[in-house]
This record gives sequence, C-alpha cells and structure tokens, in this order.
Amino acid sequence: MKKDSVNKKLNKIPTHLIVIFTAIIWIVPTLGLFITSLRPLPLINTTGWWTALEAPRGEKSYDAICASCHGSDGKALTTADLSDPELIKKYPRSNQLIPVLKQEYNGEPHLGDAAMPEVQEIADIAAYLKRVSGLDTSSRLTLNNYIDAIVGYRGTKTYVEDCATGQQSLDLKCTIEDVLNPRGMGRAFVNSIIVTLPATFLPILFAAFAGFAFSWLDFKGRSILFAILVGLQVVPLQMTLVPISRLYAQLGLNGSFLGVWLFHTGFGMPYAIYLMRNFLGGLPKDLFESAYLDGANHWTAFTKLAIPLAMPAISSLAIFQFLWVWNDLLVALVFLGGTTPVMTYQISNMVTSLGAGWHLLTAAAFLSILLPMIVFFAFQRYFVRGQLAGAVKG
Amino acid sequence: MATSNVPQVMKQGKMVPWLYLLPALIVMGVFIVFPMINTISLSFKNADGTASAATTCVAGNPCWGIFENYRYALTAELETTNAATIWKSFWISSYGNMIKWILLMVSGTVSIGLAFAVLVDRVKYESVAKAVIFMPMAISFVGAGVIWKFMYDFGTTQVQIGLLNAIITGLGFKPVAFLSTPQINTFALVVVGIWIWTGFCMTLLSAALKSVPTEVLEAARVDGANEWRIFWRVIVPIIAPTIVVVITTMVINTLKLFDIVYVMTGGNFGTEVIATRMYREMYKSFQTGRGTAIAVVLIVLIIPFIYMNIKRFMEQEAMR
Repeated sequence: MKKDSVNKKLNKIPTHLIVIFTAIIWIVPTLGLFITSLRPLPLINTTGWWTALEAPRGEKSYDAICASCHGSDGKALTTADLSDPELIKKYPRSNQLIPVLKQEYNGEPHLGDAAMPEVQEIADIAAYLKRVSGLDTSSRLTLNNYIDAIVGYRGTKTYVEDCATGQQSLDLKCTIEDVLNPRGMGRAFVNSIIVTLPATFLPILFAAFAGFAFSWLDFKGRSILFAILVGLQVVPLQMTLVPISRLYAQLGLNGSFLGVWLFHTGFGMPYAIYLMRNFLGGLPKDLFESAYLDGANHWTAFTKLAIPLAMPAISSLAIFQFLWVWNDLLVALVFLGGTTPVMTYQISNMVTSLGAGWHLLTAAAFLSILLPMIVFFAFQRYFVRGQLAGAVKG
Repeated sequence: MATSNVPQVMKQGKMVPWLYLLPALIVMGVFIVFPMINTISLSFKNADGTASAATTCVAGNPCWGIFENYRYALTAELETTNAATIWKSFWISSYGNMIKWILLMVSGTVSIGLAFAVLVDRVKYESVAKAVIFMPMAISFVGAGVIWKFMYDFGTTQVQIGLLNAIITGLGFKPVAFLSTPQINTFALVVVGIWIWTGFCMTLLSAALKSVPTEVLEAARVDGANEWRIFWRVIVPIIAPTIVVVITTMVINTLKLFDIVYVMTGGNFGTEVIATRMYREMYKSFQTGRGTAIAVVLIVLIIPFIYMNIKRFMEQEAMR
C-alpha cells in the first residue's frame, strides 16, 4: 500500500514540473517589467533585470582578484587605501586602471602570478571601486521612475533631482500640481477613470432594462431581435469607426468624453444584454408568476425582483466592461487622441513616437496594469465569468 | 419555444416592452447598425466620400470601376509581376500575416490551454496555477506589448537587457532582432497573443474537462486503456463541442487583432494585419474609401462566424 502511494507521487513529478515550469514562463515577463520599473536608468541599460538581486557589478571580480591583498573593504593596505575617494577618482574607467595593474610593486607584478583580467572585468572592477570608496552611493532600486512617469518628466536626470537643484523644465512646477501635468500618467489615470466609470454604468443600466424585456416581457419579434443581437456581438469595432468619427465631427463630439461614453455604451450593448438576458431568463418562472399574482406590475417586478437577483450577473458585467474600456486603445486613439490622453494612449505614444526610455515605459505600463491586476485578484470569480462570456466582443 | 418562459399573467400594455428596449435599441442603432451600413456605402466612394470610387481610377492601370477600393484592398499589397512574386508578396501582406496569425494563434492557445487544463486538474495548487495563466487577460494589450517589447529587446552592444537575447547570447549564439526581422517578427508577435489568450482557452476547456463523467473514465481504465488513449479516445470526443467553440472564438479575436501589432511594430517590417492596415488607410493616409473597403473585407471574413454564433445560440435555446 505504502509503495503504491510513493509510486503515485513519483508518477506525478513530470506533471508538477510541467505545470510549474509553464506557470513560471507565464509570470516571468510581467516580473521583468515590474523589477525594471524599480531600477535606475543607468542600471537598466547596462545590466539585465534578472541581475537586480545579484551582488553589485564587479564585486565578484574584486573579491577574486583584489580582496586577498586590499581586503574586502579596500583598507588592508595603508599605502593603497581603496576606500579613499581621492585615490579612486583617478581611475574612473578601465583605461586608467589597466596601467596600474600592469605596473610592478616592490619588484613583483601587481597581480602576482594571476593573469591579466579581460578589459570587461577590469571595467567592472573600476565600477565596483567607486562603491568601495563611496564615490558611487546610488541605490540599486528606486521609485523615481514612477514619479517621473506620473508627472511626465522627460529630462535627462530625474524629476526629484531637477527639482532639488531648481532646474525644473518648462511645464513642471515642482509642486503637487505636477501630478496632473497633461504629459504625465497621473493625468492619464484621471482621464481613464473619467472615461471608464460612465462607460461601465450606462451599458449596464440600458442592458438591465433590455435584458428584462427579453426574458420576462412578451412582444412580437422577440426571438428574431435577440438572434440579431447575438450576431451583432461579433461585429468588429473597426467597421464603425469612420462613420462615427464623421458623425462626431458634425456634432462636435470628437475629443469629448461624451462621445467615448456613448460609443462604448453602444458597443457594449449586445454582449451586456446577452449576459443579462441569459441570467435573468434562468431565474425560476414561479417567482415572477407569484409576483404578478400578488399584484406586482412589470416595474416592481423589474426593480424589486429582477435587479436584486441579478447582482452576480451585474458584477461580472461591470468588471468585464470596466476592464474592456480601461484596456481599450483603438477607441481612445480615434475619438480622444492626444487632447485628453488615457493611459493606454499615453503608453502607446511613448512606445511609438517619443521613444521614451525603458525606465519610464516600464513604470508607466505597470501603473496602467495595476488596477486591472487588483480587480482580477480581488474579484477573480466574477472576472473569469465575465471574460469567458464576452470573449468575442468588439 | 423561447416565449414559453414568460408568465401567463402579465399585465402590461403592448408598448411597455418597447419602452424597456428603447435606450438599448437607440444606442445600438446609432453605434452599430447605422455605421455598418454607412461603412459599406463609403467603401464604394473616393477618399473623402464625395464621389464614386470609379473616379479614382488612373488611366493605364487596372481598374475595377465602382469596386476600385476593393481592388486596392485585395491586391495593392501584391506584386503582380508573375505567379512567384504574387505568392511571395502574399505571405508578407496583411492577409498572409492574418493566415499565419490564425493558424499559429489558434493551435498555440488551444493546445497549450488543453494540455495545461489536463495537467493542472491533477495538482493541489490548481487554482493558483490557473490564476497565473489567466492573469494576462486582465492586462491591456498595450501593457502586454510593453512587457514583451522588453523581453524581445535587441541590444546592439555587448550587453543584452532583453531576457530572450540574453539567453541566446548566453548559449553562444548571435542575438536576434525579433521585432524587425521579417518572418521572425510575426512569430514573435503571435507569442504575445498566445501569452494573453491561453488562459481564456484553458479556463473554458478546464470547465469542460470537469464535466466529463468519472464513471466513463473509470470504465475505460478498467478496460485497460492507458491515459494517453483515454485522453484521445474518450475525453477529446466528449469535450469536442467546447473545443469548437474555443477555436471559433479565437479565430474571431485574431481577425480583429490590432493593439499588439500597433504597439510593438506599428505594422512595419512586414507585420501588417488587416486592422492595422485599415487604421493606417483611415487615419494616417485619410483614404476613407480604401479603409472602409478593408473593413468590409474584415466583416465578410467574420460573417461565417456570426452565422455560427447565431446557429449555436438557436440550438442552446432549443435545449432550454
């Protein structure tokens, strides 16, 4: 019996390995983004994000080559105190360091019997010496990328540094107002919220009415109308962009929030009604019959019976629609553009035209996926249900 | 019949249901039905919709009259010198890329999703593992684009900060410019699509797997069938309807795909797909007629799936 269970466990090892391996592959890209967003720009561009938790650059080479004489803190030799910033200043790069390493000291080669290291390794050591001497105190993790992304800083240093030295760029004031700088992710976040909330509420409201009519009210052409609706779910968004932007141009709605709200409401409708109708239609018939027999009319049946019972469906729908609008790029690109940029627009703009550095891009991208991630992990059940039902939308 | 679930004792006027439907019907009419009809009529007109498409024909060049925009939509990307160049240019056109996308994306998401669903069913940390695979569905395509652009980063210097090229150079090979090398780049983009959509396929297939009756599986085991045989001969036939649903859903989603390509390559280096090409014609070149013609081609490709969707719905209704 015992041997059996051991065998069973052994047989399962490949399964475990494949599942865990796949899960790791799936999570690594996002992890890379997150870690990178916390690293200072010079480090991002010179080392991979997976080295973020390794020893600082050059430490290994230093320990292997230099530490035996100089000591791990560089203070062991009083004639060559490596912790002295004045001394290290003279050797900023491998170019200056190589002659020293080739020189003889007390009649012996600097490195003793050891071979001369590669140039790259010498450069690493030079970099590490700056840390030993205290010339380089930069920390290896930072929140500056997030600050820079939020305020839309585009300079060569960091927003905090510039403000500390009083060199702020033209459109930044170094006050709390900068959070809403039109070029930054802070303002884009606010715009995204303004776009998303009504664009989530309106479709649900309209769909609740229509879903109730489709499931519990009788009218001519009900089945056909609903079948058409099922077909409309699949209609690609791209079909409707040109006529609507021409219409909006006449009405002056291009670049307005109202235009985007209405567009998302219209496009969210078929799926929202479909979901509401399927849920409401699944409620027991006796419930409505006895309500009507008790003298309830359609309005009380709708507000007092259908809506409270439909809360699970409404939750799924709300989460789906919220994330759909939040994550949408195309509609925002066409109808809002750069006048009131939302987060997805801002990021795509950074990628395509501005060529922002990885430090800004990763921080901005992480800011934009933060809310969806929270929603996902907090309401996973409703989230999954909504995503599965609405997969072909738009 | 669908009408049978309405209580017999309703006390409402004939107009009442329509009042409930009115707001929804108005917004759908304005934002879906009207634009569809309008798009079709614009596709037969010139760049700004003021005259017939036939007027845009250039003397001496092939012309399809009023279908001129469709000639452009279907053939402009092809090099029509001879059959060989047509064949070659087709496979880097938006349609050729779409075929690659559909084949790779559907096979990738469905096979990985199914394999993962089967395996994860046997471990105790099932829900955590599934959450990890499903998580990319919460992220915007734009966010996913940035995440993967960083993975694919191609360093011109010694240092590779993109994980994939770091691995490749670590193994002693030359780094690959994933996003700007034709042929490779479309595959690289499909990988991003697979990363996003596998969780969706996996969840649907996992639900179907759990509905396979255990008695059937046990009976097969008693008969001496091994797990591999059980999977192909028992499980797959039972969940076949779900697999079909997942495949059609993925085909539709792939046809509409825009954001990944737009963010990661902008449709350059031979990665154009139908939606990015349409966007370029409409909003970069301001060729409304051509753009809408491409949109109509897209909807024509999707119509079979609209039909399947309605048919499946009718069957479900009949079962209720």
